[in-house]
Amino acid sequence: MVTVSAKSKLHESGLAGVEIIDQLRRSKIEFVVAVPDIVTCDGLLWPLTNAADITVVPVCKEDEGVSICAAMSYCDRRALLLIQHTGFLDSINAIRAIAVEYELPICIMVGLQGMEPDRKLKDSDSYGIRIMEPILDAMGIDHGTLREAEDAKMITAAIDGAYTKSRPFVFLIGNSPSSS
Amino acid sequence: MMKRDEALKVLAERYPEGIVVPVFQSAFDWMGIRPHPLNYVCTGAMGQASSHALGLALARPDKMVAILDGDGSLLMNLGGLVTAANLAPKNLVHFVSFNKIYEVNGRYPIPAADQIDFSGIAKAAGYPRTFTFSNLAAFADAIDEILDGSMLTFVTLEVKEGEMYPRDFTKLHSADAREAFRNAIRQN
Repeated sequence: MVTVSAKSKLHESGLAGVEIIDQLRRSKIEFVVAVPDIVTCDGLLWPLTNAADITVVPVCKEDEGVSICAAMSYCDRRALLLIQHTGFLDSINAIRAIAVEYELPICIMVGLQGMEPDRKLKDSDSYGIRIMEPILDAMGIDHGTLREAEDAKMITAAIDGAYTKSRPFVFLIGNSPSSS
Repeated sequence: MMKRDEALKVLAERYPEGIVVPVFQSAFDWMGIRPHPLNYVCTGAMGQASSHALGLALARPDKMVAILDGDGSLLMNLGGLVTAANLAPKNLVHFVSFNKIYEVNGRYPIPAADQIDFSGIAKAAGYPRTFTFSNLAAFADAIDEILDGSMLTFVTLEVKEGEMYPRDFTKLHSADAREAFRNAIRQN
């Protein structure tokens, strides 16, 4: 009984993929451009792939996705890029030029592979994770962290804000969203 | 071997109003040959033109989209050929000007310049239709088929320098060019 109760509590307090997807629908996201990431694959990418009203665009490399989302924004079609932090780091030049310097509403969800669930990002053992927020700050990119159920409620406002201001926004996903 | 500006003029004559995503020297030439608000010139760098074009093709399936890629640029984004072939939008035509050098970056040879077969790579990636032209008349004869919108298409243009157009890097990354495209695509 104790074990079941603990699992239930963990599930209730955790980030839910269905809630994130609901928020994406409210944000009028039509396309999710993605490279699979272990943090978000089960809870987000597979459910999105099976969703009838959102088109998943698989890309070979993350910088392709930055460009695809950018081009779609000119056509007033909303897109989200779903990647891992290693792909974000690999794509910094595309994000620098296309999202920041061209002032385009590139919205990115970034799975933090290896993030310890009980720590802040700045305290992670992973160098790649520790530098994420400082890099975003240095680039002047607005960002938020998705770790708990409550955090998902910020998604629609953040995406709407990005498109209103025509500026990028990055969601850092620290805990794997549940798939149920 | 045909000159690049002559090949681009053949395209411009048959494709006077459509969306074009040109890169580097092809962009400079194209902006001189066919100035138009539907020229999408702000692609960043590092071979990203073809990915921007794919995004346009997916977002606007009712419009033809042409990429004017460079050989050095395409080498930086070869995976994009697989991405495009997987999605296979019928309204996308990918031209690459193959002159074997990084023309805007010191005229240094591209890797494997004398071995590489871009149309072969595109075909292996899954492009349903590919062409290679070094003769202007042959290209002109095929241009209507290339632009027929029946399937995703890749075209290698083996070219040498022709008339050189001004290298206007400021326009290539300008807010004015982006705004012009945004307004034009909304009206089309």
